[in-house]
Amino acid sequence: MTKTSFRDEELLADVIARLIGDVRHVAVGNASPIPATAALLARERGNGRPYVSLLQSRKHNFFTDGGRELFDCAGQGRIDVFFLSGGQIDGQGNVNLVNIGEYDRPKVRFPGSFGSAYLYYVVPKVILFRTEHSRRTLVPKVDFVSAPGTSDGNVFRTGGPIGLVTNRCAFTFADGRFTLASVHPGHTQEEVVENTGFEFDKPRSVPETPAPTPETLKLMREVIAPQLAEVYPQFAAQVFGVGQPAFAR
Amino acid sequence: MFQPAKSIDDVIAPIADGCMLVVPREVSGVPMSATRALIRRGVKRLHLVALPTSSLQADLLIGAGCIETLETSAVSLGEFGPAPRFSAAATSAAIKIKDATCPALHAALQASEKGVPFMPLRGLIGSDILKYRDDWKVIDSPFGSDDPIVLLPAIKPDVALLHAPMADRLGNVWIGRQRELATMAHAAAKTVVTVEKIYDGNLLDDPTLAAGTLPGFYVESIVVAERGAWPLGLPDFYAADAEHLALYARMAATEAGFAEYLDKYVYEKRAA
Repeated sequence: MTKTSFRDEELLADVIARLIGDVRHVAVGNASPIPATAALLARERGNGRPYVSLLQSRKHNFFTDGGRELFDCAGQGRIDVFFLSGGQIDGQGNVNLVNIGEYDRPKVRFPGSFGSAYLYYVVPKVILFRTEHSRRTLVPKVDFVSAPGTSDGNVFRTGGPIGLVTNRCAFTFADGRFTLASVHPGHTQEEVVENTGFEFDKPRSVPETPAPTPETLKLMREVIAPQLAEVYPQFAAQVFGVGQPAFAR
Repeated sequence: MFQPAKSIDDVIAPIADGCMLVVPREVSGVPMSATRALIRRGVKRLHLVALPTSSLQADLLIGAGCIETLETSAVSLGEFGPAPRFSAAATSAAIKIKDATCPALHAALQASEKGVPFMPLRGLIGSDILKYRDDWKVIDSPFGSDDPIVLLPAIKPDVALLHAPMADRLGNVWIGRQRELATMAHAAAKTVVTVEKIYDGNLLDDPTLAAGTLPGFYVESIVVAERGAWPLGLPDFYAADAEHLALYARMAATEAGFAEYLDKYVYEKRAA
Protein backbone atom coordinates (compact mmCIF):
# COMPACT_ATOMS: atom_id res chain seq x y z
CA MET A 1 0.00 0.00 0.00
CA THR A 2 1.32 3.43 -0.84
CA LYS A 3 1.82 5.84 2.00
CA THR A 4 -0.98 8.39 2.18
CA SER A 5 -0.20 11.81 3.55
CA PHE A 6 -2.45 13.14 6.29
CA ARG A 7 -2.59 16.06 8.65
CA ASP A 8 -2.04 15.94 12.43
CA GLU A 9 -5.70 16.80 12.98
CA GLU A 10 -6.78 13.80 10.92
CA LEU A 11 -4.53 11.41 12.85
CA LEU A 12 -5.76 12.77 16.20
CA ALA A 13 -9.40 12.52 15.19
CA ASP A 14 -8.81 8.91 14.11
CA VAL A 15 -7.14 8.08 17.45
CA ILE A 16 -9.96 9.73 19.40
CA ALA A 17 -12.62 7.93 17.33
CA ARG A 18 -11.06 4.59 18.38
CA LEU A 19 -11.04 5.66 22.04
CA ILE A 20 -14.74 6.51 21.86
CA GLY A 21 -15.46 2.82 21.33
CA ASP A 22 -18.89 1.21 21.39
CA VAL A 23 -21.11 3.63 23.31
CA ARG A 24 -24.58 5.14 23.04
CA HIS A 25 -24.09 8.91 23.37
CA VAL A 26 -21.09 11.16 22.74
CA ALA A 27 -21.28 14.87 23.55
CA VAL A 28 -18.82 17.50 22.32
CA GLY A 29 -18.45 20.88 24.03
CA ASN A 30 -17.01 24.24 23.03
CA ALA A 31 -13.79 24.76 21.10
CA SER A 32 -13.38 21.06 20.29
CA PRO A 33 -13.15 20.69 16.51
CA ILE A 34 -10.92 17.59 16.57
CA PRO A 35 -13.14 15.69 19.03
CA ALA A 36 -16.15 16.79 16.97
CA THR A 37 -14.50 15.28 13.87
CA ALA A 38 -13.86 12.09 15.84
CA ALA A 39 -17.42 11.85 17.16
CA LEU A 40 -18.94 12.36 13.71
CA LEU A 41 -16.50 9.79 12.30
CA ALA A 42 -17.53 7.25 14.97
CA ARG A 43 -21.19 7.89 14.11
CA GLU A 44 -20.57 7.54 10.39
CA ARG A 45 -18.76 4.22 10.88
CA GLY A 46 -21.54 3.00 13.19
CA ASN A 47 -24.34 3.86 10.77
CA GLY A 48 -25.84 6.52 12.98
CA ARG A 49 -24.71 5.21 16.39
CA PRO A 50 -23.52 6.55 18.77
CA TYR A 51 -25.84 9.53 19.15
CA VAL A 52 -23.67 12.63 18.84
CA SER A 53 -24.48 15.99 20.40
CA LEU A 54 -22.37 18.90 19.23
CA LEU A 55 -23.30 21.64 21.66
CA GLN A 56 -23.11 24.61 19.32
CA SER A 57 -24.77 22.84 16.43
CA ARG A 58 -28.35 23.05 15.24
CA LYS A 59 -28.18 20.00 13.04
CA HIS A 60 -26.10 17.67 15.23
CA ASN A 61 -27.81 18.33 18.54
CA PHE A 62 -31.17 16.96 19.62
CA PHE A 63 -31.57 18.88 22.89
CA THR A 64 -34.78 20.90 23.19
CA ASP A 65 -34.79 21.84 26.87
CA GLY A 66 -32.12 24.53 26.89
CA GLY A 67 -28.49 24.50 27.95
CA ARG A 68 -29.24 22.60 31.13
CA GLU A 69 -30.42 19.44 29.34
CA LEU A 70 -26.89 18.27 28.51
CA PHE A 71 -25.90 18.52 32.17
CA ASP A 72 -29.09 16.94 33.45
CA CYS A 73 -28.56 14.14 30.94
CA ALA A 74 -24.95 13.67 32.11
CA GLY A 75 -25.98 13.71 35.77
CA GLN A 76 -28.21 10.71 35.10
CA GLY A 77 -25.46 8.83 33.25
CA ARG A 78 -26.99 9.38 29.82
CA ILE A 79 -23.76 10.71 28.31
CA ASP A 80 -20.99 8.16 27.84
CA VAL A 81 -18.16 10.20 26.35
CA PHE A 82 -17.07 13.84 26.63
CA PHE A 83 -13.86 15.72 25.80
CA LEU A 84 -11.81 18.21 27.77
CA SER A 85 -8.69 20.19 27.10
CA GLY A 86 -6.81 22.60 29.33
CA GLY A 87 -4.33 25.43 29.38
CA GLN A 88 -2.49 23.05 31.69
CA ILE A 89 -2.95 19.33 32.35
CA ASP A 90 -0.93 17.60 35.06
CA GLY A 91 0.21 14.04 35.77
CA GLN A 92 -2.71 13.42 38.14
CA GLY A 93 -5.18 14.23 35.38
CA ASN A 94 -6.12 17.62 36.82
CA VAL A 95 -7.15 20.16 34.18
CA ASN A 96 -6.75 23.93 34.39
CA LEU A 97 -8.95 26.13 32.23
CA VAL A 98 -8.68 29.25 34.40
CA ASN A 99 -5.26 30.81 34.86
CA ILE A 100 -1.48 30.70 35.17
CA GLY A 101 -0.14 32.23 38.37
CA GLU A 102 -2.24 33.41 41.30
CA TYR A 103 -6.03 33.33 40.93
CA ASP A 104 -6.50 36.88 42.21
CA ARG A 105 -3.79 38.37 40.00
CA PRO A 106 -3.10 35.87 37.20
CA LYS A 107 -0.20 36.12 34.77
CA VAL A 108 -2.36 34.56 32.07
CA ARG A 109 -6.12 34.18 32.10
CA PHE A 110 -7.82 31.38 30.12
CA PRO A 111 -11.51 31.51 29.12
CA GLY A 112 -12.83 29.56 32.12
CA SER A 113 -13.86 26.11 33.26
CA PHE A 114 -17.01 25.65 31.10
CA GLY A 115 -18.75 22.45 32.22
CA SER A 116 -15.57 20.64 33.28
CA ALA A 117 -16.07 20.93 37.05
CA TYR A 118 -19.21 18.82 36.67
CA LEU A 119 -18.86 16.66 33.56
CA TYR A 120 -15.43 15.30 34.59
CA TYR A 121 -17.19 13.65 37.55
CA VAL A 122 -20.22 12.18 35.84
CA VAL A 123 -19.22 11.19 32.28
CA PRO A 124 -17.67 7.69 32.36
CA LYS A 125 -15.19 8.25 29.52
CA VAL A 126 -13.63 11.70 29.40
CA ILE A 127 -10.99 11.95 26.69
CA LEU A 128 -8.42 14.69 27.25
CA PHE A 129 -6.87 16.32 24.21
CA ARG A 130 -4.21 18.95 23.84
CA THR A 131 -2.69 19.74 20.44
CA GLU A 132 0.32 21.50 21.98
CA HIS A 133 2.36 18.81 23.75
CA SER A 134 4.99 20.77 25.68
CA ARG A 135 6.33 21.35 29.19
CA ARG A 136 4.26 24.53 29.18
CA THR A 137 0.97 22.62 28.81
CA LEU A 138 1.73 19.21 30.38
CA VAL A 139 2.94 20.23 33.82
CA PRO A 140 3.85 18.57 37.14
CA LYS A 141 1.04 20.44 38.92
CA VAL A 142 -1.65 22.74 37.52
CA ASP A 143 -1.87 26.30 38.88
CA PHE A 144 -5.66 26.05 39.18
CA VAL A 145 -7.73 22.87 39.38
CA SER A 146 -10.80 23.45 37.21
CA ALA A 147 -11.60 19.77 37.57
CA PRO A 148 -9.61 17.10 39.45
CA GLY A 149 -8.46 13.87 37.78
CA THR A 150 -9.47 11.76 40.77
CA SER A 151 -11.54 12.27 43.92
CA ASP A 152 -11.71 10.96 47.48
CA GLY A 153 -13.73 7.80 47.92
CA ASN A 154 -16.76 9.52 49.44
CA VAL A 155 -17.17 12.02 46.58
CA PHE A 156 -19.88 11.03 44.10
CA ARG A 157 -17.97 10.18 40.96
CA THR A 158 -19.06 7.93 38.11
CA GLY A 159 -16.69 9.37 35.54
CA GLY A 160 -13.27 10.76 34.81
CA PRO A 161 -10.37 10.71 32.38
CA ILE A 162 -9.53 7.57 30.39
CA GLY A 163 -6.72 9.01 28.28
CA LEU A 164 -4.93 12.00 26.80
CA VAL A 165 -4.25 12.53 23.12
CA THR A 166 -1.66 15.09 22.02
CA ASN A 167 0.09 16.02 18.79
CA ARG A 168 2.94 13.64 19.72
CA CYS A 169 1.36 10.60 21.41
CA ALA A 170 -1.53 8.98 23.23
CA PHE A 171 -1.61 8.17 26.96
CA THR A 172 -4.07 6.04 28.87
CA PHE A 173 -5.11 7.11 32.39
CA ALA A 174 -5.84 4.79 35.31
CA ASP A 175 -5.34 4.88 39.09
CA GLY A 176 -4.30 8.51 39.03
CA ARG A 177 -1.47 8.14 36.51
CA PHE A 178 -0.84 8.37 32.78
CA THR A 179 0.76 5.54 30.80
CA LEU A 180 2.24 6.06 27.36
CA ALA A 181 0.07 4.04 24.95
CA SER A 182 1.45 4.91 21.52
CA VAL A 183 3.70 7.43 19.80
CA HIS A 184 2.46 9.06 16.61
CA PRO A 185 4.26 8.49 13.29
CA GLY A 186 7.17 10.90 12.89
CA HIS A 187 7.61 11.33 16.66
CA THR A 188 9.81 9.49 19.19
CA GLN A 189 9.59 8.34 22.80
CA GLU A 190 12.59 10.50 23.67
CA GLU A 191 10.82 13.52 22.27
CA VAL A 192 7.71 12.68 24.33
CA VAL A 193 9.77 12.43 27.53
CA GLU A 194 11.64 15.62 26.68
CA ASN A 195 8.41 17.59 26.17
CA THR A 196 6.30 16.23 29.04
CA GLY A 197 6.46 18.10 32.35
CA PHE A 198 4.92 15.26 34.40
CA GLU A 199 6.05 11.72 35.13
CA PHE A 200 4.22 8.87 33.46
CA ASP A 201 4.52 5.11 33.13
CA LYS A 202 6.17 3.60 30.09
CA PRO A 203 5.74 -0.03 29.11
CA ARG A 204 8.83 -1.82 27.76
CA SER A 205 7.62 -1.56 24.23
CA VAL A 206 5.44 1.30 23.00
CA PRO A 207 3.79 0.89 19.59
CA GLU A 208 3.54 3.51 16.89
CA THR A 209 0.05 5.01 16.55
CA PRO A 210 -1.53 3.50 13.44
CA ALA A 211 -1.92 6.03 10.63
CA PRO A 212 -5.46 6.69 9.41
CA THR A 213 -6.40 4.37 6.54
CA PRO A 214 -7.24 5.81 3.12
CA GLU A 215 -10.91 4.86 3.77
CA THR A 216 -10.92 6.82 7.03
CA LEU A 217 -9.29 9.83 5.39
CA LYS A 218 -11.83 9.73 2.58
CA LEU A 219 -14.71 9.59 5.09
CA MET A 220 -13.31 12.50 7.07
CA ARG A 221 -12.61 14.67 4.06
CA GLU A 222 -15.71 13.96 2.00
CA VAL A 223 -18.46 13.16 4.51
CA ILE A 224 -17.45 14.58 7.91
CA ALA A 225 -15.80 17.84 6.90
CA PRO A 226 -18.94 19.38 5.34
CA GLN A 227 -20.93 18.49 8.51
CA LEU A 228 -18.25 20.08 10.66
CA ALA A 229 -18.34 23.34 8.72
CA GLU A 230 -21.64 24.31 10.35
CA VAL A 231 -20.06 24.60 13.81
CA TYR A 232 -16.37 25.10 13.01
CA PRO A 233 -16.26 26.99 9.70
CA GLN A 234 -12.72 28.28 10.23
CA PHE A 235 -11.38 24.84 11.21
CA ALA A 236 -13.19 23.05 8.36
CA ALA A 237 -11.82 25.55 5.87
CA GLN A 238 -8.26 25.41 7.21
CA VAL A 239 -7.96 21.65 7.70
CA PHE A 240 -10.23 20.23 5.04
CA GLY A 241 -10.59 23.16 2.67
CA VAL A 242 -14.39 22.94 2.75
CA GLY A 243 -17.15 25.42 3.31
CA GLN A 244 -17.12 29.15 3.30
CA PRO A 245 -16.47 31.52 6.15
CA ALA A 246 -19.77 31.99 7.97
CA PHE A 247 -20.42 35.55 6.78
CA ALA A 248 -20.39 34.57 3.12
CA ARG A 249 -23.18 32.00 3.41
CA MET B 1 -52.66 46.91 26.02
CA PHE B 2 -49.01 45.94 25.61
CA GLN B 3 -47.21 48.16 23.11
CA PRO B 4 -43.82 47.50 21.58
CA ALA B 5 -41.40 50.15 22.87
CA LYS B 6 -40.41 53.09 20.71
CA SER B 7 -36.65 52.70 21.07
CA ILE B 8 -33.92 50.44 22.37
CA ASP B 9 -33.10 53.11 24.95
CA ASP B 10 -36.61 52.78 26.41
CA VAL B 11 -36.26 49.00 26.58
CA ILE B 12 -32.91 49.02 28.37
CA ALA B 13 -33.99 51.70 30.89
CA PRO B 14 -34.55 49.13 33.69
CA ILE B 15 -30.89 48.08 33.41
CA ALA B 16 -29.72 50.52 36.08
CA ASP B 17 -26.16 51.15 37.22
CA GLY B 18 -25.10 48.44 39.68
CA CYS B 19 -27.86 46.01 38.79
CA MET B 20 -27.54 42.27 38.26
CA LEU B 21 -28.08 41.51 34.58
CA VAL B 22 -28.34 38.03 33.10
CA VAL B 23 -27.50 37.38 29.43
CA PRO B 24 -27.46 34.21 27.35
CA ARG B 25 -24.76 32.19 25.61
CA GLU B 26 -23.96 32.76 21.96
CA VAL B 27 -26.18 30.04 20.42
CA SER B 28 -29.27 31.44 22.11
CA GLY B 29 -29.17 34.79 20.35
CA VAL B 30 -27.25 37.61 22.00
CA PRO B 31 -28.79 41.12 22.13
CA MET B 32 -25.83 43.00 20.64
CA SER B 33 -27.75 46.09 19.45
CA ALA B 34 -29.02 46.54 22.99
CA THR B 35 -25.51 45.96 24.36
CA ARG B 36 -24.12 48.74 22.19
CA ALA B 37 -26.98 50.98 23.39
CA LEU B 38 -26.10 50.19 27.02
CA ILE B 39 -22.49 51.18 26.39
CA ARG B 40 -23.56 54.41 24.68
CA ARG B 41 -25.77 55.19 27.68
CA GLY B 42 -22.72 54.62 29.90
CA VAL B 43 -24.06 51.93 32.22
CA LYS B 44 -21.73 51.29 35.17
CA ARG B 45 -20.95 48.67 37.84
CA LEU B 46 -23.01 45.88 36.31
CA HIS B 47 -23.00 42.44 37.90
CA LEU B 48 -23.16 40.46 34.69
CA VAL B 49 -24.27 36.84 34.85
CA ALA B 50 -23.53 34.94 31.64
CA LEU B 51 -25.77 31.88 31.27
CA PRO B 52 -23.49 30.03 31.22
CA THR B 53 -20.81 31.61 28.98
CA SER B 54 -20.31 34.73 26.91
CA SER B 55 -18.25 35.95 23.99
CA LEU B 56 -18.25 39.37 22.31
CA GLN B 57 -20.99 40.78 24.55
CA ALA B 58 -19.09 40.36 27.83
CA ASP B 59 -15.81 41.41 26.20
CA LEU B 60 -17.32 44.66 24.90
CA LEU B 61 -19.00 45.51 28.21
CA ILE B 62 -15.79 44.78 30.13
CA GLY B 63 -13.64 46.83 27.75
CA ALA B 64 -16.07 49.74 27.92
CA GLY B 65 -15.84 49.80 31.72
CA CYS B 66 -19.45 48.75 32.37
CA ILE B 67 -18.73 45.70 34.55
CA GLU B 68 -17.85 45.46 38.21
CA THR B 69 -18.56 41.76 38.74
CA LEU B 70 -18.68 38.99 36.16
CA GLU B 71 -20.19 35.63 36.97
CA THR B 72 -19.54 33.10 34.21
CA SER B 73 -18.21 29.69 33.25
CA ALA B 74 -16.12 31.13 30.43
CA VAL B 75 -15.58 34.08 28.12
CA SER B 76 -14.01 33.40 24.74
CA LEU B 77 -14.37 34.48 21.14
CA GLY B 78 -14.46 30.82 20.10
CA GLU B 79 -12.76 30.26 16.75
CA PHE B 80 -11.58 33.88 16.85
CA GLY B 81 -9.45 33.24 19.93
CA PRO B 82 -9.34 34.51 23.51
CA ALA B 83 -11.56 37.44 24.53
CA PRO B 84 -8.92 40.18 24.74
CA ARG B 85 -10.61 42.69 27.06
CA PHE B 86 -11.72 39.92 29.43
CA SER B 87 -8.13 38.62 29.59
CA ALA B 88 -6.75 42.12 30.18
CA ALA B 89 -9.29 42.87 32.92
CA ALA B 90 -8.57 39.53 34.62
CA THR B 91 -4.79 39.94 34.64
CA SER B 92 -5.02 43.53 35.92
CA ALA B 93 -7.75 42.58 38.45
CA ALA B 94 -9.89 45.40 37.05
CA ILE B 95 -13.10 43.41 37.55
CA LYS B 96 -14.23 40.84 40.07
CA ILE B 97 -14.65 37.44 38.46
CA LYS B 98 -16.85 34.81 40.05
CA ASP B 99 -15.80 31.67 38.22
CA ALA B 100 -18.48 29.02 37.89
CA THR B 101 -19.18 25.91 35.88
CA CYS B 102 -22.01 25.79 33.33
CA PRO B 103 -24.51 23.57 35.20
CA ALA B 104 -24.02 25.61 38.38
CA LEU B 105 -25.32 28.74 36.65
CA HIS B 106 -28.24 26.87 35.12
CA ALA B 107 -29.08 25.33 38.51
CA ALA B 108 -28.78 28.59 40.48
CA LEU B 109 -31.20 30.31 38.08
CA GLN B 110 -33.54 27.32 38.30
CA ALA B 111 -33.60 27.83 42.08
CA SER B 112 -34.97 31.35 41.50
CA GLU B 113 -37.43 29.95 38.98
CA LYS B 114 -38.80 27.70 41.70
CA GLY B 115 -38.60 30.32 44.41
CA VAL B 116 -36.34 28.13 46.56
CA PRO B 117 -33.15 29.40 48.26
CA PHE B 118 -30.63 26.97 46.74
CA MET B 119 -30.04 24.01 44.46
CA PRO B 120 -27.72 21.04 45.07
CA LEU B 121 -25.25 20.03 42.34
CA ARG B 122 -22.92 17.07 41.84
CA GLY B 123 -19.29 17.53 40.82
CA LEU B 124 -17.30 20.55 42.04
CA ILE B 125 -15.81 18.98 45.19
CA GLY B 126 -12.03 19.16 44.83
CA SER B 127 -12.23 21.87 42.17
CA ASP B 128 -10.58 25.23 42.91
CA ILE B 129 -13.74 26.87 41.59
CA LEU B 130 -15.44 25.78 44.80
CA LYS B 131 -12.41 26.91 46.85
CA TYR B 132 -12.81 30.51 45.64
CA ARG B 133 -16.63 30.63 45.95
CA ASP B 134 -17.36 31.49 49.55
CA ASP B 135 -21.05 31.80 48.63
CA TRP B 136 -21.25 28.05 47.83
CA LYS B 137 -21.53 25.48 50.59
CA VAL B 138 -20.86 21.77 50.94
CA ILE B 139 -23.20 19.72 53.12
CA ASP B 140 -23.55 16.04 53.86
CA SER B 141 -26.65 14.96 51.94
CA PRO B 142 -29.50 14.60 54.46
CA PHE B 143 -30.74 11.66 52.35
CA GLY B 144 -27.45 9.76 52.28
CA SER B 145 -24.60 8.91 54.59
CA ASP B 146 -21.17 10.46 54.10
CA ASP B 147 -22.34 11.89 50.77
CA PRO B 148 -20.98 15.45 50.44
CA ILE B 149 -22.83 17.65 47.95
CA VAL B 150 -22.53 21.31 46.93
CA LEU B 151 -25.35 23.81 47.50
CA LEU B 152 -25.59 26.86 45.24
CA PRO B 153 -27.57 29.91 46.37
CA ALA B 154 -30.32 31.04 43.98
CA ILE B 155 -29.28 33.70 41.46
CA LYS B 156 -32.03 36.30 41.24
CA PRO B 157 -31.13 38.84 38.56
CA ASP B 158 -32.70 42.29 38.49
CA VAL B 159 -33.03 42.14 34.72
CA ALA B 160 -32.81 39.51 31.97
CA LEU B 161 -31.87 40.88 28.54
CA LEU B 162 -32.50 38.69 25.51
CA HIS B 163 -32.85 38.79 21.74
CA ALA B 164 -35.38 36.55 20.01
CA PRO B 165 -36.66 35.95 16.47
CA MET B 166 -40.11 37.45 17.05
CA ALA B 167 -42.74 38.71 19.46
CA ASP B 168 -46.42 39.51 19.11
CA ARG B 169 -48.23 42.70 20.09
CA LEU B 170 -49.42 41.07 23.34
CA GLY B 171 -45.87 40.79 24.66
CA ASN B 172 -45.41 37.07 23.99
CA VAL B 173 -41.93 36.25 22.72
CA TRP B 174 -41.08 33.29 20.50
CA ILE B 175 -37.83 31.72 21.73
CA GLY B 176 -38.08 28.35 19.98
CA ARG B 177 -35.91 25.66 21.51
CA GLN B 178 -33.75 28.16 23.46
CA ARG B 179 -35.38 27.22 26.73
CA GLU B 180 -32.67 28.88 28.86
CA LEU B 181 -34.16 32.18 27.73
CA ALA B 182 -37.33 31.16 29.55
CA THR B 183 -35.28 30.19 32.63
CA MET B 184 -33.64 33.63 32.57
CA ALA B 185 -37.01 35.36 32.31
CA HIS B 186 -38.60 33.21 35.02
CA ALA B 187 -35.70 33.92 37.38
CA ALA B 188 -35.27 37.65 36.79
CA ALA B 189 -37.38 40.41 38.35
CA LYS B 190 -37.78 42.05 34.93
CA THR B 191 -37.21 40.84 31.37
CA VAL B 192 -36.49 43.13 28.46
CA VAL B 193 -36.36 41.88 24.91
CA THR B 194 -35.22 42.85 21.44
CA VAL B 195 -36.68 40.94 18.48
CA GLU B 196 -36.10 40.65 14.78
CA LYS B 197 -39.74 41.30 13.95
CA ILE B 198 -43.30 41.59 15.21
CA TYR B 199 -45.61 38.62 14.59
CA ASP B 200 -49.14 39.51 13.54
CA GLY B 201 -51.51 37.63 15.81
CA ASN B 202 -51.21 35.83 19.14
CA LEU B 203 -48.25 33.41 19.39
CA LEU B 204 -50.15 31.39 21.99
CA ASP B 205 -53.04 30.67 19.59
CA ASP B 206 -50.93 28.32 17.46
CA PRO B 207 -49.91 25.20 19.45
CA THR B 208 -46.78 24.66 17.37
CA LEU B 209 -45.60 28.17 18.23
CA ALA B 210 -46.99 28.24 21.77
CA ALA B 211 -44.61 25.51 22.95
CA GLY B 212 -41.66 27.74 22.08
CA THR B 213 -43.18 30.94 23.43
CA LEU B 214 -42.25 32.92 26.52
CA PRO B 215 -45.57 34.33 27.78
CA GLY B 216 -45.87 38.14 27.87
CA PHE B 217 -46.68 37.83 31.58
CA TYR B 218 -42.92 37.72 32.23
CA VAL B 219 -41.98 40.47 29.80
CA GLU B 220 -41.45 44.13 30.70
CA SER B 221 -40.80 45.58 27.27
CA ILE B 222 -39.96 44.68 23.69
CA VAL B 223 -38.45 46.57 20.78
CA VAL B 224 -37.71 45.55 17.22
CA ALA B 225 -33.98 45.45 16.49
CA GLU B 226 -33.38 43.94 13.08
CA ARG B 227 -30.17 41.95 12.94
CA GLY B 228 -30.05 42.68 16.65
CA ALA B 229 -27.49 39.95 17.32
CA TRP B 230 -24.98 41.31 14.77
CA PRO B 231 -22.06 40.70 14.47
CA LEU B 232 -22.97 37.45 16.23
CA GLY B 233 -25.42 35.14 14.51
CA LEU B 234 -29.00 34.27 15.33
CA PRO B 235 -29.10 30.51 14.82
CA ASP B 236 -31.68 29.35 12.25
CA PHE B 237 -31.95 32.95 10.97
CA TYR B 238 -28.55 34.39 10.13
CA ALA B 239 -24.89 33.47 10.53
CA ALA B 240 -22.23 35.33 12.45
CA ASP B 241 -20.26 38.00 10.59
CA ALA B 242 -16.92 36.18 10.69
CA GLU B 243 -15.06 38.99 8.95
CA HIS B 244 -16.21 41.50 11.55
CA LEU B 245 -15.44 39.17 14.47
CA ALA B 246 -11.91 38.66 13.14
CA LEU B 247 -11.60 42.45 12.87
CA TYR B 248 -12.79 42.83 16.47
CA ALA B 249 -10.29 40.24 17.72
CA ARG B 250 -7.49 42.18 16.00
CA MET B 251 -8.57 45.64 17.16
CA ALA B 252 -9.45 44.67 20.74
CA ALA B 253 -6.00 43.13 21.25
CA THR B 254 -4.79 46.54 22.45
CA GLU B 255 -6.52 49.19 24.57
CA ALA B 256 -6.03 51.79 21.86
CA GLY B 257 -7.41 49.50 19.18
CA PHE B 258 -10.40 48.71 21.37
CA ALA B 259 -11.09 52.44 21.90
CA GLU B 260 -10.98 52.89 18.15
CA TYR B 261 -13.42 49.97 17.75
CA LEU B 262 -15.84 51.54 20.24
CA ASP B 263 -15.67 54.90 18.45
CA LYS B 264 -16.37 53.35 15.10
CA TYR B 265 -18.87 50.57 15.80
CA VAL B 266 -20.50 51.49 19.14
CA TYR B 267 -20.45 55.30 19.32
CA GLU B 268 -20.51 55.40 15.51
CA LYS B 269 -18.41 58.52 15.35
CA ARG B 270 -17.47 59.56 11.86
CA ALA B 271 -13.84 59.97 10.94
CA ALA B 272 -12.72 63.59 11.35
